[in-house]
Amino acid sequence: MKALHPNALRLPLHLAARLWLALLLIGLWELTADAGPGSYFPPPSVIVRALHRVWFSGPASDFFLTEQARSDFPVSFGHLLSGWVLAAAAGIALGLLLGRSERAHDYLQPLLQLCRSVPPPALIPFFVVVFQLDTSMYVVTIAFGAVWPVLLNTLAGVRAVDPVKLDTARVYGMGRTAQLLRIVLPGAAPQIAAGLRIALGFGLILMVLSELVGTTSGIGARLVNAQRTFDIPSMWAGIALLGLTGWLLNAAFLLVENRLLRWHREN
Amino acid sequence: MLTIDALTHSYPGGHTAVDDLSLAVEAGELVTVVGPSGCGKSTLLRCIAGLQRPTGGRVLLNGDEIRDVPDSLAMVFQSYGRSLLPWLSVRDNVALVLRHRYGSRRERRAAALEALAEVGLADAAAKHPGQLSGGMQQRVAIARALAYGPKLLLMDEPFGSVDAQTREDLEDLLLALRARTPVTVVLVTHDIDESVYLGDRVVVLTGAPGRVLAELPVGLPADRDQIKTRQDPEFVRLRAEVGRLVREK
Ligand SMILES: Nc1ncnc2c1ncn2[C@@H]1O[C@H](COP(=O)(O)OP(=O)(O)O)[C@@H](O)[C@H]1O
Ligand SMILES: [Mg+2]
Repeated sequence: MKALHPNALRLPLHLAARLWLALLLIGLWELTADAGPGSYFPPPSVIVRALHRVWFSGPASDFFLTEQARSDFPVSFGHLLSGWVLAAAAGIALGLLLGRSERAHDYLQPLLQLCRSVPPPALIPFFVVVFQLDTSMYVVTIAFGAVWPVLLNTLAGVRAVDPVKLDTARVYGMGRTAQLLRIVLPGAAPQIAAGLRIALGFGLILMVLSELVGTTSGIGARLVNAQRTFDIPSMWAGIALLGLTGWLLNAAFLLVENRLLRWHREN
Repeated sequence: MLTIDALTHSYPGGHTAVDDLSLAVEAGELVTVVGPSGCGKSTLLRCIAGLQRPTGGRVLLNGDEIRDVPDSLAMVFQSYGRSLLPWLSVRDNVALVLRHRYGSRRERRAAALEALAEVGLADAAAKHPGQLSGGMQQRVAIARALAYGPKLLLMDEPFGSVDAQTREDLEDLLLALRARTPVTVVLVTHDIDESVYLGDRVVVLTGAPGRVLAELPVGLPADRDQIKTRQDPEFVRLRAEVGRLVREK
């Protein structure tokens, strides 16, 4: 047998050091929870089984997704992705405009502060009236909530771009567009990326919220449905699924961010 | 070529950095400007570069008033480190400013490598600025300015943070460059020896706010040598003279 390299143990040990408390609590929960039917706090094993049954017990040819998952995931994640992309485009464009133009900033800042003060969920009833339960209702709701962190971070990032770099660009003959693309955008990229990551979290929250009203498809709708039929394990399965999704999206984004902005970490 | 006519610049808040400064620079000349720190040397260069409009007086380049950055002008900034883009490799930092000279990216990169080799940084081309020492960053900024092929080159304390050996090498690189291309140079320094060693003419500024205290033509042969020139009686005399003027205020 080959000797284990000392580094081979480092990752598991590292993980164990960080996870032991969470694992201990989950273990305690498992031991003390009431596993009977109708329990409000079923043990984790029951939740995991429900998670598997409701979403992931499909045929291998469908990547183990159940029919339920195949109908709900595209709806929910489609809304989330469209809303987030819309928020990203609008937030970055507006942030660049406000960050680069003093005049636009002076005119639009009060209006934006006002809009930002409205809690996005408060607008769901209004959006339902305007868009009915059309896809655009979900997308707009998500985009309206997710646009703020992108916009504010882009604005702060653009304003913090080093003036020496802009002077350098001018000296070497770059026009305004070239300065925007080659100096301002990359210079503000770390802050824009942070905004986009926060927006993903906001988007997920609004995705669920918007699906709690009046619809029959999507993960949020399934959650309400489980609650109404007192299928508590399925309800918890939905909650766990959303938690996992949020965690995965964040981790995936961080991975891409760290790759693209490696220069930033090295400075 | 360059005429500075009664240049005055006051920053918002009323602080006057340059006051009624006049100076003419001939094509192909290398003028060094010395003065105590805070006397407005960087402000003077920024006004020449067209990066800021002077609050009074004019700067003329070949007879035309400078309103924006002239095409044929390059500048090495005093905060050279901040003038580099940390997200690009050193080679691409140089290549980025060569768009007007070469059509293809390959040509630009080749020219950038050549410029980096000239300042002794061929091996660092793939690194990012953040991975280099201050002196190396400064050489990148110099390579970028030289590669740009300017007719007028402004240098703001360009050899400030390199070790003595590199400093001499870079000084000689600059002298070699102007021997073979018709570039006009205005170089700001607070190093008295350097002002005499490099200059065709030394301009001494007064303390803040800056104005011209004296202009001293340098009567040394154009072909300079770090050892021999510094022993030349003319060099010794000028160095003492400039030193006296700078201290006088
Ligand atoms: N952007 C600015 N705003 C206000 N004051 C400035 C600015 N830049 C320089 N100054 C002031 O102008 C004076 C001259 O500065 P500078 O031109 O950098 O001098 P030097 O390069 O000779 O050290 C200093 O007193 C400095 O504080
Ligand atoms: Mg200065």
